[in-house]
Amino acid sequence: MTNSWNDIKNADVVIIMGGNAAEAHPCGFKWVTEAKANNAAKLIVVDPRFTRSASVSDLYAPLRPGTDIAFLSGVMRYLLANGKIHQEYVKAFTNASYIVKEGYGFQDGLFAGYDEARKNYVDRSSWDYEFDEQGMAKVDDTLQNPRCAINLLKAHVERYTAEMVERICGTPKDKFLKVCELIATTANGERSMTSLYALGWTQHTTGAQNIRAMAMIQLLLGNMGVPGGGVNALRGHSNVQGITDLALLSTSTPGYLVLPTEKETTYADYMKLRGFKPIRPGQTSFWQNYGKFFVSQQKSLFGAAATKDNDWAYDYLPKFDVSYDVLKMVDMMAGGQMNGLFCQGLNILMAAPNKAKVATGLAKLKWLVIIDPLETETAHFWENHGEFNNVDPKAIQTEVIQLPATAYAEEEGSATNSSRVIQWHWKAVDGPGESRGDIQIIADLQRRLRALYTKEGGAFPDPILNTAWSYANPDLPEPAELLKELNGYAVEDLPDPADPAKTMLKAGQLLPAFAVMRDDGKTSGGCWIYTGVYTEAGNMAMRRDAADPTGLGIHPNWGFAWPANRRILYNRASADPTGKPWSERKKYISWNGTRWIGGDVPDYAPTIAPDKSVGPFIMNQEGTARLFARTAMPDGPFPEHYEPMDAFLANPLHPKVSSNPVVRVFAADAKSFGTPDKFPIVATSYRLAEHFHYWTKNVHDNAVLQPEMFVEMGERLAKAKGIQNGDWVEISSQRGAIKAKASVSKRIRPIMVDGKPCDIVGLPIHFGFIGLARKSQPVNTLTPSVGDASVNTPEYKAFLVDVKKTTPPASQPAVA
Amino acid sequence: MAVSRRQFMKVSAAGLAASSVGALGFLEAGDVLAAGVRPFRLEKATETRNTCPYCAVSCGVLVYSAADAKDGKAKVVHIEGDSDNPINRGTLCPRGAASLGFVHSVNRLKYPMHRKPGSDKFERVSWDFAMERIAKLAKQDRDKNFVAKNRDGVTVNRWLSTGFLGGSSCSNEAGYLTYKVVRSTGILALENQARI
Repeated sequence: MTNSWNDIKNADVVIIMGGNAAEAHPCGFKWVTEAKANNAAKLIVVDPRFTRSASVSDLYAPLRPGTDIAFLSGVMRYLLANGKIHQEYVKAFTNASYIVKEGYGFQDGLFAGYDEARKNYVDRSSWDYEFDEQGMAKVDDTLQNPRCAINLLKAHVERYTAEMVERICGTPKDKFLKVCELIATTANGERSMTSLYALGWTQHTTGAQNIRAMAMIQLLLGNMGVPGGGVNALRGHSNVQGITDLALLSTSTPGYLVLPTEKETTYADYMKLRGFKPIRPGQTSFWQNYGKFFVSQQKSLFGAAATKDNDWAYDYLPKFDVSYDVLKMVDMMAGGQMNGLFCQGLNILMAAPNKAKVATGLAKLKWLVIIDPLETETAHFWENHGEFNNVDPKAIQTEVIQLPATAYAEEEGSATNSSRVIQWHWKAVDGPGESRGDIQIIADLQRRLRALYTKEGGAFPDPILNTAWSYANPDLPEPAELLKELNGYAVEDLPDPADPAKTMLKAGQLLPAFAVMRDDGKTSGGCWIYTGVYTEAGNMAMRRDAADPTGLGIHPNWGFAWPANRRILYNRASADPTGKPWSERKKYISWNGTRWIGGDVPDYAPTIAPDKSVGPFIMNQEGTARLFARTAMPDGPFPEHYEPMDAFLANPLHPKVSSNPVVRVFAADAKSFGTPDKFPIVATSYRLAEHFHYWTKNVHDNAVLQPEMFVEMGERLAKAKGIQNGDWVEISSQRGAIKAKASVSKRIRPIMVDGKPCDIVGLPIHFGFIGLARKSQPVNTLTPSVGDASVNTPEYKAFLVDVKKTTPPASQPAVA
Repeated sequence: MAVSRRQFMKVSAAGLAASSVGALGFLEAGDVLAAGVRPFRLEKATETRNTCPYCAVSCGVLVYSAADAKDGKAKVVHIEGDSDNPINRGTLCPRGAASLGFVHSVNRLKYPMHRKPGSDKFERVSWDFAMERIAKLAKQDRDKNFVAKNRDGVTVNRWLSTGFLGGSSCSNEAGYLTYKVVRSTGILALENQARI
């Protein structure tokens, strides 16, 4: 989230699209209720289903799954065509006036530089600005140049008329226009809109561009960096934010640094692309500090073994050729290219798409290690559960070791919530039986590997033997020790920059802020954005002062928000170019003549005067936010509507480039996509208020509340198929088939798309063959193994199925 | 947290005595009220601040634990929303409100288990056996398949034949240690729930 849970209360308009907060995040949704009750906020919900969020909305608009970009591009067209943008904000704080290179263009669904044979944009050099001799981007402040980013945007979204939106999305034109009108009421500094989304946007082959489209809308409206604004990802797991920050991701390192590729053979090569010099005069371009964060991290990982002479142990890091993300891992497993797999609390048999492919992959592993507090389908993938998991154990040669882990109430440590707030939790009791904490298990693995490599030698043992491990008890590092390591400390005495005769920090002292990090090996810190969480003043994640002096829901002394305890990102943009708040209602930080003041930590150097024209978007080299993305996205500098891979129809805009042209499709999956002649119904998956993921089917109360798999369908479809509420239904896709009970409802209705009705069914994700709820074949039996072009998040939210009435499962067991 | 609700009643009574209410002759009122209240069932329980294990709203919860009559070990007896927490203000959803059932689920894992190739069952093993076996299997695979240089002779130091899927409900501290240990082996296929 750019803003926070509590900040939602400051919104005047809330748009929930790509999520269903009332059901999936009920206690976070409280802040929407708060905004409605006490800030006269209006709630817009755009969703294929009339969800629980929709049931309390002021305005609900349906759309066909997978058409969000068409809808959002239509909104952008409306705002631009009707002058409903925050002109001064857009001009000062975005790249609207930047002149884009001549070679850039878009035609028939393709941006410039596409290579048909390689199915990729091999030449993206034109997706950039014109530069002058000094390397500064050229701008036209009059916005007259047709190649100004905003003029190219206008031209790009011109096709998305309300009629086209209706044709693609199936959203009735009048509903769509009402949504546009309500959104447009925030195109000024007086009112703000917040966007709340979740997996309904990410789980598409255009996932990242869905979110980008909303970010662009929020920039046009001037809603970034202001109270009650922002683009807010409502994240799923309790610490998925922290684990993302800490880079348990194939091509990342902690703090959103990037793992080196095999083309970057030396540290110097690696840094060549990471100079991040400003491309507009006087800009901050904060990533210029990249080297300081990287070197400090290498010191944290490898301690004294990371030296200037060995390029800070650069060779200890693996270099990647391609992304080894979850879909790639499953493809490698199924292709027999993987031998071992650790699953630490991740139930991949349920979580990755195309269950048959995952099961094939698991069965080809030599060994599988499960670390989990609960029984999972993955741990039991080799076990026969009748039609719910019809396998022959004798034929599966995978060795499985299952380790019992403790859970939250049984351990202490910190977790980072969706608002980026790091909160400590305390241990209440020991875990059951012989269960152990994840820290102990991982430390044990390191100790044994180190012992084996010390004794026997082996392949490149250096990084394993030199992993920094100076914990008081090497077998059981304390969480506090680890959080200090993440925060960082001085490796040797650091002189005071103001007076080199004085010492700013003594060796071993904790760093107060990432600003003091260095690229000469004198500071260590595992994750630069976490610096400040554990300083000489103590563990900030433990802070529990609920005071909110401004009344804006900032709570500055409750836990610690990364970065630098900042609660709203880009908050410099809450004030106009002269440093005055855009309005008294939305006052957040402001310039008092000598420094930036307010209830939050300014997202800006605190003493830079407004007349220096330093942009608020300090992480970008230009200091402004990007309406035109340059080369940051692999599938285009502007979002474009592409049909899902299981396509209900050919793309009405450009039928020859119907789906995202740069999506990665593995050879093994080439024939795994469905077509509407065989599978004429659009399916989407979702979550229920009564269940969390695949865990709570192990919890008695939740298994009673929602005991079994169902398929939600509209009355028209049910009637056409002779299905009644409670009947057993078979749902089939190109990948497989499952059975579920019919839930026939008015909440899900056919949508008229391009002149023909499109029936939609909804499938909850929670049910499997392990647990206390009734057994079911998992929903991912049906879903396609293909991901978003940017980050490869699987397309769970729009795929094709057919349904028919069927008989109950032969072995339907009673609830335990 | 050191103050139980019953004690709070008594403290309130002392407060009353010092107030104008006390001056008016209602000195005993607080004591009478306190004596009439049934002992709160969590009075002897230990209250621990924690965070709901499920979604990333991160609702504050209070975990109450007490010695079990059978073995004397502390057990969780009650979980409720933390009303001091500004994010959830004491509320919990149907998942968080039932989280006591997660702590005590019959499907909690208690012991290391081992499934031999081709077997139709898990068998209980010791931690030492399980961890030694894992370390040996991992080293065997790493030593056999580690790629020090790619085809162009460039140092890549990667191990592609084993993957690691990290837990998105592990603490930051466990997550960072996992990153540290896994990356040091050269594993590139390190992922978590975030992408899926």
